[in-house]
Amino acid sequence: MENRKVISALVENKPGVLARVAGMFSGRSFNIDSLSVAPTMNPEFSRMTIVTHGNEAIFEQIIKQLRKLINISKVQDLTRGDYVDRELVLIKVKAASIKRAEALRIVEIFRARIVDVAQDNLTIEVTGSQGKIEAILELLSSLGILEVIRTGTVAIPRGRKGLKAGDSGD
Amino acid sequence: MPHIKTSIVFAERDGTKLKISGAEILLRSLKAEGVDTIFGYPGGAVIDIFDTLVREFSEDFKFILVRHEQAAVHAADGYARATGRPGICLVTSGPGGTNTVTGLATAYMDSIPVIVFTGQVPTPLIGNDAFQEADIVGITRPCTKHNYLVAQTEDLASTIKEAFFIATTGRPGPILVDLPKDVVQNKAQFEYPDKIEVPTYKPNVKAHLPSVKRAAELIRQAERPVIYAGGGVITSGAHKELYKFASMLNFPVTSTLMGLGCFPATHPLFLGMLGMHGTFRANMAIDNADLLLAIGARFDDRVTGRVEEFARDAKIIHIDIDPTSIQKNIVVDVPIVCDAHDGLSRLIEELEAKGRSPKADEKLKEWHSKLTVWRNQQRQRFDRTTEIIKPQFVVEKLYELTKGNAIITTEVGQNQMWAAQYYLFDNPRTFLSSGGLGAMGYGFPAAIGAQVAYPDKIVIDIAGDGSIQMNIQELATVVQYKLPVKIAILNNGYLGMVRQWQERFYDQVYAHTDITVAPDFVKLAEAYGAVGLRATKSSEVENVIKESLKTKGPVIIDFVVDREEGVYPMVPAGAPLKDMILV
Repeated sequence: MENRKVISALVENKPGVLARVAGMFSGRSFNIDSLSVAPTMNPEFSRMTIVTHGNEAIFEQIIKQLRKLINISKVQDLTRGDYVDRELVLIKVKAASIKRAEALRIVEIFRARIVDVAQDNLTIEVTGSQGKIEAILELLSSLGILEVIRTGTVAIPRGRKGLKAGDSGD
Repeated sequence: MPHIKTSIVFAERDGTKLKISGAEILLRSLKAEGVDTIFGYPGGAVIDIFDTLVREFSEDFKFILVRHEQAAVHAADGYARATGRPGICLVTSGPGGTNTVTGLATAYMDSIPVIVFTGQVPTPLIGNDAFQEADIVGITRPCTKHNYLVAQTEDLASTIKEAFFIATTGRPGPILVDLPKDVVQNKAQFEYPDKIEVPTYKPNVKAHLPSVKRAAELIRQAERPVIYAGGGVITSGAHKELYKFASMLNFPVTSTLMGLGCFPATHPLFLGMLGMHGTFRANMAIDNADLLLAIGARFDDRVTGRVEEFARDAKIIHIDIDPTSIQKNIVVDVPIVCDAHDGLSRLIEELEAKGRSPKADEKLKEWHSKLTVWRNQQRQRFDRTTEIIKPQFVVEKLYELTKGNAIITTEVGQNQMWAAQYYLFDNPRTFLSSGGLGAMGYGFPAAIGAQVAYPDKIVIDIAGDGSIQMNIQELATVVQYKLPVKIAILNNGYLGMVRQWQERFYDQVYAHTDITVAPDFVKLAEAYGAVGLRATKSSEVENVIKESLKTKGPVIIDFVVDREEGVYPMVPAGAPLKDMILV
């Protein structure tokens, strides 16, 4: 995807905050490729990881508009530095007896796991960066993918730089 | 009616602290914030608040009962624009709340501190599609600076404190506070916080000094400068600093619609408004400038015309308190995030310490002679000799006969532009108009708000026959409270601005813009108990204005004007500013 951007936002864990963020994106015609949100160690805050794309001017607006929302404590553009991003995916593939060995081989190569086995299908759990996820999906597609469920990206900066409230990460 | 102190009679003792109802907490909090006026409309969900208001707080607040909730918000907005203090509005749940949406959106676009309190069904019923239930917090999320649903009575005082804090600081804006009926009825201890910290909200009002120094250097070298001042100058109370800055440097000033009054319109350095219906010389100045200093303005599309060609040759300095306004529509060279007051004060200091280059000042003289040439090429003109009334003539006469001392509100459309072009505003907070949203029906209720704030000032709503009908029911309000608002209807029987576009750009197909079927405005005024006057010839204009100004109560003046007069100059939407249609 051209100009993929990963934003990490620390937000107050209050009702309506997700709606404010989602509404800002839709109201201003910005893209959300994925969004994941869960509470932090401090239950008063949640962390959102938002993946979006667009040119620099649009992206600058996205960051500024997020910071303008009252319940948002911190907004960081992770793509400006080194970061680790991961996504968890559950994939249900067709795996009748002849294909099963191939499925298992792919699982092994990608260090994925089988989490459910049925008569003619397997459910695979895989975690990884976007590149790895795309790669395993491509290989498994030859077996016949029945269903894919993705969590969306979560990400964290590498090294000492943190995301907590009070860090001067932005 | 005797004032029974019900709170004391029914108060429960909890330790040493008295518990009082949510309704009383609300009203005590408003008092603590210095609120003196509330605009609103009662209903089932807020009946307790109204009851407490009348029984216990009737001495503390002036309550203005409007006839439609939309008017309550516009009136609170007019009050806020005229005074600089937040405007307060109290309405019921469901339709009471949804009727405030246009007013909130207006205040949001124009950065006006308005706080709307809405009733809500009791918390156990929320989400059950109860009678007069609406998810007003969800509905108004994109048209408020922030909003709240108060979950329990204990949270009420701190929420109100936070609402006032957020509404009035940074880039101001409207706040909605939704009050479930049980939260209003339940009791809690009351303590109004003196100060509040909102850790996630820290607006930056102070300028970044290295940026100020960069800006000052550009200002020292500028040969063809223009100051482009917006509503932020008025909001931050920076009109005196702007005056000092422009006059010490001898820099010409243009203003946006929202900025009118931030610099004296009668001053020789004032170029008039810029943009779609701006003056020829203001737009030519932008087109030829080598330095543009934008202060508290946001490069709206009605200001810039085609953005690629806006101020092509100019370096741009942009002072604005809202970071999202910077680099949004126009790429600028020196962005400074701060309020207009601080930005101008710092720039004045810099330039007092080290002045402009003498060479640049020589060139500035040439620039001024060019500006004079442009002024003489196209003054805003219309025929003053016709018997049929020209709408511009009415505005000019209103200016002359009020000696420029009135507070002018406008509706939206041609009336608004003529008011902006022909009434000269020398002082801030005297021109109140729905700039960003362009909400027809704004002017009359806004005039009510301004008149309540300043009972002794002349307040005139310059209206069109279309817009005035959008909140005409407020005639009852002005009669009830004896508010001497004057409504000058420039009556052309058309939705004139749209008609003007149809004439120019849609082959004179006047699709649904003829509104000649209208009430007799004179009789209508009389039906409500107000005074109605009419002028049909130019020679009558002066007399009816004088008579209306002599009249103590509210007056409608129906000016039957030239039906096909247009607003010029005009830059077609999306065209560069220099491509003005002059007549």
